[in-house]
Amino acid sequence: MRKVMTGHKAVAEAMRQIEPDVVAVYPITPQSEIAEYYADYVHDGIVHTELVPVESEHSAMSACVGAAAAGARVMTATSSQGLALLVEVLYIAAGLRLPIVMALANRALSAPINIHCDHSDAYLARDAGAFQIFCESAQEAYDYTLIAQRIAEHDMVRLPGIVNLDGFSLTHTSQVVEPLDDAVAKKFVGAFKAVHPLLDVKKPVTWGPFAMPDYYFELKRAQAAAMEEVPAAFLSVQKAFAKTSGRAYAGFVEKYRLDDADRALVVLGSTAGTAKVAVDALREKGEKVGLLKVWLYRPFPYCEVASALEKVKHVGVLDRAISFGAMGALYSDVATSLRRSQSRPALHNYIYGLGGRDITVEQLAEVLEGLGKVRPDEGLRYIGLRE
Amino acid sequence: MKEIRWHGRGGQGAKTVSQVLAQINLREGKFVQAFPEFGPERSGAPVRAYNRIAEEEIRVHSAVYSPDIAVVVDESLLTAERPVEGLHPDGTLIVNTSCSVDEIRRRTGFGGKIVVLDADRIGREAGTGFANIPMLGAVASVLGTAWNLVEEEVRRTMGERMPKDMLDKNVNALRAGYNAVKEVRGGR
Amino acid sequence: MAASLKGWRELPIGGVVPGGSARDLNKTGSWRAERPMWNDEKCIQCLLCWFHCPDSSIVTHDQKVTGVDYDHCKGCGLCAAVCPKDAIGMVPEREGTCAK
Repeated sequence: MRKVMTGHKAVAEAMRQIEPDVVAVYPITPQSEIAEYYADYVHDGIVHTELVPVESEHSAMSACVGAAAAGARVMTATSSQGLALLVEVLYIAAGLRLPIVMALANRALSAPINIHCDHSDAYLARDAGAFQIFCESAQEAYDYTLIAQRIAEHDMVRLPGIVNLDGFSLTHTSQVVEPLDDAVAKKFVGAFKAVHPLLDVKKPVTWGPFAMPDYYFELKRAQAAAMEEVPAAFLSVQKAFAKTSGRAYAGFVEKYRLDDADRALVVLGSTAGTAKVAVDALREKGEKVGLLKVWLYRPFPYCEVASALEKVKHVGVLDRAISFGAMGALYSDVATSLRRSQSRPALHNYIYGLGGRDITVEQLAEVLEGLGKVRPDEGLRYIGLRE
Repeated sequence: MKEIRWHGRGGQGAKTVSQVLAQINLREGKFVQAFPEFGPERSGAPVRAYNRIAEEEIRVHSAVYSPDIAVVVDESLLTAERPVEGLHPDGTLIVNTSCSVDEIRRRTGFGGKIVVLDADRIGREAGTGFANIPMLGAVASVLGTAWNLVEEEVRRTMGERMPKDMLDKNVNALRAGYNAVKEVRGGR
Repeated sequence: MAASLKGWRELPIGGVVPGGSARDLNKTGSWRAERPMWNDEKCIQCLLCWFHCPDSSIVTHDQKVTGVDYDHCKGCGLCAAVCPKDAIGMVPEREGTCAK
């Protein structure tokens, strides 16, 4: 049944249906309402979850790690500075192979302090060892929370996962969402299977042992192997979800009017929706433009991105954060994807939307129209910045 | 370039004297490295320390696998820690022991040069109680370092950490270790 | 030595270690500089050594001391220090000293 709800509520609804054993969370704008909705569910007896009202995000992820090692299904959510504080323990969750799913309400990092959207928090967590999915809409935030849970708990994966949703433009915006029925969602997610739970006192284990130079490397290689299993798990879970929900999800990326496009944008998150409108407007005028939206950001789908951009002549990659002293993070990934490509599209890197700076259809259309007229690889360009 | 591997136990000061040796070699105008086996500090656990000494700048940062000199500060490590593993066949094994060269050769199977000195006894008699300083003297002697440089550097670095009378006792222990090698050489 | 270490495919998920396995793989007895020697005849079975040993290396059978676990005893000497009957002595960990 179609409902109107915010991105917060969409994520909270997915969490309610997943009904983890433990949720440890600390409030931070623009994530707070996810925690608040969930606290209501717990208070009202709608879910039987142990809600741990911790004193910081570092403690939130620490409690999640402890509970997950004990054998519980665990979830959390955070944003910006909270992610920055939490990220130390996120590395540990990944190293210990704990399937903790976390909603990340994307928000700019200080300073200057700012509560609005950009992707600097997601990029900060980029190398932590959690898989990351970016969502375009509240519907996707709901859907991919359910999908992420199954990927995280996949036998071959067992890794933490991050579901990114843009602060305010998704979290605080009421949109039409069609959730699954509770029974259908619960059946889709399935029962949780703990691996080496600490509470299984008949099989005592040590979690988090020390590893010297003789073993650390091998354990990290094994962790990398788990990440290499994410794409296959993603595709199978996404396919199962498409069947269950009737929604047409297929692949790590969404190709929008790319087939005959000679110019295209590559984006993450809610800007993909705005960009689709810009693409449509230019197509009306007969311009061959398209869009590549990346759902699975980590592990990065290099081959799929390369093949999607194979026939495109000019590619504009949009990064919603500055990687100081380097080209944009998404740009670098796209450039790596194309390193063996025969056609070698010209690449352009645009920084946009920092600290919640709005990005409009007109601006994106202008970028698309300009591709091919500006010289490629001329360093960073900025959209909507005053000189 | 000469490479040295020290075998001691946590708390016996093998790492400390490896650092002092580097200072001594620096005084000689050499390029030096001194580093412990990196890991948790555990009193009593077998530990290793390393020195590199060269006429040119030392650029390698890896561990030492084929030392020219292996120094056994604690005799109980002679077999368990396999100090002769990787030791250059023409290299030198220096052992703190009351046993003879032949006995050490039998126990280790090492065919190169072997130097023995009872550094425990030297330390005891000098009133310092530590074997590391006599072993440092022995290593400096094997390296052919002039005695005055060895004494000067030990007085400088260790003088900062202990009173004069204890420093003198340590220098006596150092000298006894240094001279013990000469005696062994003379006897072979 | 390197040949006996496991490859990355053989490692348990997340480095989780089965209970009790550290005891089998980490023979901390190699840290020992001095070895406690227990004397059955002097021992009055007060079990003070067993209470104090930080490494659970005093071996007992039917609540009586029967010896020392030399695979794990680190030679701290606490057992010898607390023994009221000098039934435990610490001797240097040597292969055999050579008198001069």
